[in-house]
Amino acid sequence: MIELRHVSFAYDGETTATLHHVDLHIAEGELALVAGRTGSGKSTLLGMFNGLVPHFSGGVLSGDVRVAGESVIGRPPRELAHLIGYVGQDPAAGFVTHTVEEELAYGMEQLGLEPSTMRRRVEETLDLLGMADLRERSLRTLSGGQQQRVAIGSVLTMHPRVLVLDEPTSALDPTAAEDVLATIARLVDDLALTVVLAEHRMERVIPLADQLVIVEDGTVRSGSPADLLAEAPVAPPLIELGRLAGWDPLPLSVREARRRVRTEPFVLTAPPRRPEPSGSPLLRATGVTVAYGTTRAVENVDLTVRADEVLVVMGRNGSGKSSLLWAIQGTGPRRSGDVRVGAEGVDPAEVSADEARMLVGLVPQTAADLVYLETVAEECAAADTQSGSPAGTCAELLQRLAPGIDAGHHPRDLSEGQRLALVLAIVLTARPRVVALDEPTRGLDYRAKAELADVLRALADDGHAIVLSTHDVEFAATVADTVVVMADGEVVSRGPADRVLAESPAFAPQVSKVLGPQWLTVGQVERTLL
Amino acid sequence: MVSTEAPARVQRGPLPRDLHPGAWWGWALTLAAAASGTTNPVVLGLVVAVAWLVVVSRRSDAPWARAFRFYLWFGLVIVVLRVVYRIVFGGGSTTGDVVLLSLPEIPLPEVVRGIRLLGDVTLSSVLAGFYDGLRLAAVIICIGAANALANPQRLLKSVPPALYEVGTALVVALAVFPQLAESVQRVRRARRLRGDPGKGVGALRRVVVPVLEDALERSMTLAAGMDARGYGRSGGVPRRERAVTGAFMLAGLFGVCVGTYAFLDQTAPRVLAWPLLLLGVVLAAAGFHRAGRRVRRTRYRPDPWRTGEWLTVACGVTAAVLMQFVAPAAAFPSPTGVPEVSLLALGAVLVAAIPAFATPVPRPMR
Repeated sequence: MIELRHVSFAYDGETTATLHHVDLHIAEGELALVAGRTGSGKSTLLGMFNGLVPHFSGGVLSGDVRVAGESVIGRPPRELAHLIGYVGQDPAAGFVTHTVEEELAYGMEQLGLEPSTMRRRVEETLDLLGMADLRERSLRTLSGGQQQRVAIGSVLTMHPRVLVLDEPTSALDPTAAEDVLATIARLVDDLALTVVLAEHRMERVIPLADQLVIVEDGTVRSGSPADLLAEAPVAPPLIELGRLAGWDPLPLSVREARRRVRTEPFVLTAPPRRPEPSGSPLLRATGVTVAYGTTRAVENVDLTVRADEVLVVMGRNGSGKSSLLWAIQGTGPRRSGDVRVGAEGVDPAEVSADEARMLVGLVPQTAADLVYLETVAEECAAADTQSGSPAGTCAELLQRLAPGIDAGHHPRDLSEGQRLALVLAIVLTARPRVVALDEPTRGLDYRAKAELADVLRALADDGHAIVLSTHDVEFAATVADTVVVMADGEVVSRGPADRVLAESPAFAPQVSKVLGPQWLTVGQVERTLL
Repeated sequence: MVSTEAPARVQRGPLPRDLHPGAWWGWALTLAAAASGTTNPVVLGLVVAVAWLVVVSRRSDAPWARAFRFYLWFGLVIVVLRVVYRIVFGGGSTTGDVVLLSLPEIPLPEVVRGIRLLGDVTLSSVLAGFYDGLRLAAVIICIGAANALANPQRLLKSVPPALYEVGTALVVALAVFPQLAESVQRVRRARRLRGDPGKGVGALRRVVVPVLEDALERSMTLAAGMDARGYGRSGGVPRRERAVTGAFMLAGLFGVCVGTYAFLDQTAPRVLAWPLLLLGVVLAAAGFHRAGRRVRRTRYRPDPWRTGEWLTVACGVTAAVLMQFVAPAAAFPSPTGVPEVSLLALGAVLVAAIPAFATPVPRPMR
């Protein structure tokens, strides 16, 4: 269905090609997963199929790209819309109309289809995606998972032969992500649609994939997932576990792995015990309530975080995690409740912004909101003066968090991981006792997440209290001492990470699903392996 | 409780549905035209009352429907401003005027001769200001009524095919504005996390740079998304065809502009008014038709145009036309005496109230 022959591509002004001599074949009716490290060129590869690269990105493309037997070289995306449905990273940013039904019809209007055909296809698509009850809803009021499904539906109505998805689940909570992936799997099964999707969190996609495409250092390898994953630069915990145990072929689903464990049991010592956090409590929040108008976002939440503790807040999109973090920092609104930081018990909402930053440092979800200067060096210098620290403090912190960032770079040109490190360094320059991070893992690959986990662990061991919110189960399993699960603004479960995560059907990491609730990460298994 | 009445097998009356937004605009604009044809305060008051009646009985629960009272306030402000203006600049009296208030006239230098500041406030100048302001207020309230009754997004969707591109741009802009506001709010909130940047340019830059970068990124994403979904697929229109269409449109617009001006300015030659307006409309319509023919695009579930729509527009047109036949003495009463009320004028405005009960009720929001 998709055929790339000797394709090379370089962005304008770059001396090295982003992709060179790529040969790739994706068969009809299969699901291909594109994986690779952040910035390896996954999105570039996806954009080539429908002409977004080079028409929107600029750059020079050579070689031949064929979709359904036609060469698409030189054809703009709009002339390929009937052939390839493309859904970008942020579905909400691509919406053109205001309601679900109009959005589904938009592409067909552009193709000039008969009104009766449009009507029929909209109804079929609503049923196919299970969204009939949402038809008149405003797009802005939908949840993340619903928006993603509308975005998929809006290209499906054009009856494309290929569906291209760029990180369809990266912003979704585990349950919504499962929903979207189940929808995609059904499209492949029922409609024989060819699907190409790029994803950082591969763990849920690998069992569905027929073909794996690995993008690394400008080259592309493809093959069956089991073969390629043995050597892949990015791999989910399940694969890491398989590699550790030396299983061949590697198990691609949790079920397969369980079967392997039954036949060749792991020899493990006693289940690992995580040391309980024993530091003095640094953050004590009692009865925190946040409301916007008449909608309540957080209700009566109590939270205590110790000096060497990493506390992870989990929950659905819109369950109040961000509002809680902002309220703790003192910048966000707080209807009632009490927040005390440090031994002195100061409330960050009652002191000046400068003092509040020394109590609780917050890295917001869109970390880029904090940077506004032209170079990394300028940002660091500004952070030093703003917090009254000696010159070079921020640069030194950044060097420790992410070594080797060119100080002359523009912050926008950094990779997601580097930008996060820069903002974290800026926040840490004020020497806060408590560090809060709102969804820090979006757009990070497995290695970058492992590095972030190390950084946070080191900060905690250094006497900081860390609070962070995330959807990423595997990341939470690596980093958390304590987990708090929120639903509808209230805390529904809390406790040590191994108990809370492993016991929840939605939040259990892959390793616990295979080995049982005592184990959370591959690292733990490795340490206890005899 | 058991109903004693037998249930009706056949229910009559129109189903609840939203009227075509074009119908509401047609009704409102013609009612505004009727209002602009008189300064009679009784008639103008009735126009405002009719607009209010139709709005409260036929508006939906949508957010834009709640904006009507802002237009009412706006109208009040206009009337007050007009009267104040007359008091400040329209002072001075001649014999026979009823002086309401004697204010000292402030002498102005010779350069600005012809402008008077304060002076005697006469009844006739205040009334003239009041009538004038009321007329403008009534026109604006009519526009406000259209805004409250018609779904702006649906209206943009029903523009002629030739204007499709412009319509889409407006739809997108409508969606982008709330996002921009959201973005500004987010960045302002994030400011507190990074210490005080000082005053002036530095502080402004901290908000403006991230917001603009965000907006630019969003626009690029949206443009890429729209392109990938087939926006702007070419129909391959030849150059000459486009030139002819463009000429039609320009000539039509010119005709409409001159015609409207002549229609409103009573001193302009009459031959410029109706004939030129009509010619302009016909030319523009021809241009639209030609341009629209070449567009290979279809519309999903367009709003239907049925009896209700015809009736609504007809009521507005009737009001505007009847108002043309009202005797000048009644249409433009002198500010010195009690205004004379003509039955024709009242009847004309009352016709415009028919849509308040003769059109289908709007569908409840789901």
